[in-house]
Amino acid sequence: MQGWRGFRKSYFVYSFLRDPMAMGSFLCLAILVMVSFGAPLIAPHDPYDSSTIDIMDSEMPPLWLDQSDARFLLGTDSQGRDMLSTMLYGMRVSILIGLGAVALQAFMGIFVGLVAGYRGGRFDAFLMRLADVQLSFSTYMVAIFFGALFQAAFGMGRYEQLAVPLLVIIIGFAEWPQYARTVRASVLAEKKKEYVEAARVIGLSPGRIMWRHILPNTLTPVLVISTVQVANAIMSEAALSFIGLGMPVTRPSLGSLIKAGFDYIFSGSWWITLFPGVALVVLILSINLLGDWLRDFLNPKLYKA
Amino acid sequence: MDRQPLLSVRDLEIRFRMRHGDLTAVNRVSFDLARGDRLGIVGESGAGKSVTGFGILNLVSKPGYIAGGRLLFEGRELTALPEEDLRQIRGNRISMIFQDPMMTLNPVLTIGTQMVETILAHRAISRAEATAIALDRIRKVAIPSPQKRLQQYPHEFSGGMRQRIVIAIALLNSPALIIADEPTTALDVTIQADILELLLGLCQSEKMGLILITHDLAVVSQVAERIAVMYAGTIVEIGPTAQVAGNPQHPYTRGLLGALPQRVPRGGRLNQIPGMMPTLTRVPEGCPFSNRCTLCEEVCRRRVPPLEPKAAGCLAACHLLD
Repeated sequence: MQGWRGFRKSYFVYSFLRDPMAMGSFLCLAILVMVSFGAPLIAPHDPYDSSTIDIMDSEMPPLWLDQSDARFLLGTDSQGRDMLSTMLYGMRVSILIGLGAVALQAFMGIFVGLVAGYRGGRFDAFLMRLADVQLSFSTYMVAIFFGALFQAAFGMGRYEQLAVPLLVIIIGFAEWPQYARTVRASVLAEKKKEYVEAARVIGLSPGRIMWRHILPNTLTPVLVISTVQVANAIMSEAALSFIGLGMPVTRPSLGSLIKAGFDYIFSGSWWITLFPGVALVVLILSINLLGDWLRDFLNPKLYKA
Repeated sequence: MDRQPLLSVRDLEIRFRMRHGDLTAVNRVSFDLARGDRLGIVGESGAGKSVTGFGILNLVSKPGYIAGGRLLFEGRELTALPEEDLRQIRGNRISMIFQDPMMTLNPVLTIGTQMVETILAHRAISRAEATAIALDRIRKVAIPSPQKRLQQYPHEFSGGMRQRIVIAIALLNSPALIIADEPTTALDVTIQADILELLLGLCQSEKMGLILITHDLAVVSQVAERIAVMYAGTIVEIGPTAQVAGNPQHPYTRGLLGALPQRVPRGGRLNQIPGMMPTLTRVPEGCPFSNRCTLCEEVCRRRVPPLEPKAAGCLAACHLLD
């Protein structure tokens, strides 16, 4: 209770409430996250339940156009699924993959960066060269390669079941060096400070010094890149889905919806691709704007008068 | 009954590995410290005082290393102990207090967390018991409302308060020896006196040994029973406080004391020792002080003077004294 009151009075909340951009993007993001995770409760249809889908309903336009159906607010896709419901479910998949991939990246990257920075020497050189090698492959190249490999190895049926964890692993693995480099850079700066020396003088073990004393002091930049990385991971997933290596059409993410609709755009069914596209843009934009604000807030050199 | 000294440093030599060869920062330093004894180490910046302090904990940071000598603490040879055993001595039997209390506390952890952690690193007791000990130590360093203070972060304390906290942390495991590396340099003068008094009182009541590293002669003569004067990595004079401060033998100590502003008539020009302490790459052959010493003779340039008992009752490293 006291913690909550302290939080409400903190400078963080104060400067957040003073920044309409931050408020707006946070509001946007909060709404998107809530509706997508509440999809089973609020979506008018269940796009995963094939018994409720009728192919005869396919490619219905949104409500405000001719030949629309009152049941489908934003129209239907090529299989007769309600666009609104499918998008809500799809956004949930996208956000899940984004968060999962970032959690994996952060875990690997923080571990490597912390150990490399603290130990230093050859160990550091080895791990950081490993990160350099990893970074010299483009994320998409790695993702396409492993995505294709998994699809071939598991077969399409198994792949459809495993798609979410696989994409998390692929995208997570491709981007861990971002975290490793950021964390290592701050560890190098922190470990020269006297409190680390003091911790050693107290007789704490290196593991404890690393995780308990240095890590919390390096979390500021980690927090900032995390927002950007979530947006990046969602975009990577959308891009992979767009070229057919991401989520299958039966369990679509925003990316695979855009891709599915793209095939029909020339036959006039623009809504199948436009609505998920807009949702994706709004999602990414609000995450990035929030990340920008967070970076400015956490950087004391950028304090405005 | 306990004839063996608490700490016995013999010919301690600490070197730094540099690109153009090794630099000797601490050169054959020897001294003994009895249980509950208080020794002050004074000297200019770069004389090797702090490195000696870290050397005693066997914590000289790279590229430095202990090149030779023996460190006998409570009957154990610290230079030969494995890292794990050393860790059990650090913060437990020997504590260290640093110069700047603004820097030595972790800014993101509460005082309580840092104190409890220090206790639990060395003793298998419950968190509640550890908190009780922490509270007790905070009371000992005279900080009001300890209960509340434990939950605060370092930035919520003033400089003097933080140094008290640092001292409280050093006391947590009831160490036998405290090494205080310029504990009052970063504080203003009125608080300096408080902190020194506190440190002195605690050492006496808890029967702790103290090694006080400082460049402030006033501070050292207030607290220490014996004084060691360091110059360019060697001890040039060591003896009882009254002896060294009142009747200095070595020309360097004499120069140092002569330079105190109190010794000069009002409006007069301050005395100073000509020249500067040589950098470690350029220590002169023979006596390290020879190039600044006004009494320097031929023998001083050729042979390193040994630290030996002199007639006045202290140990000094000078050819010209007998």
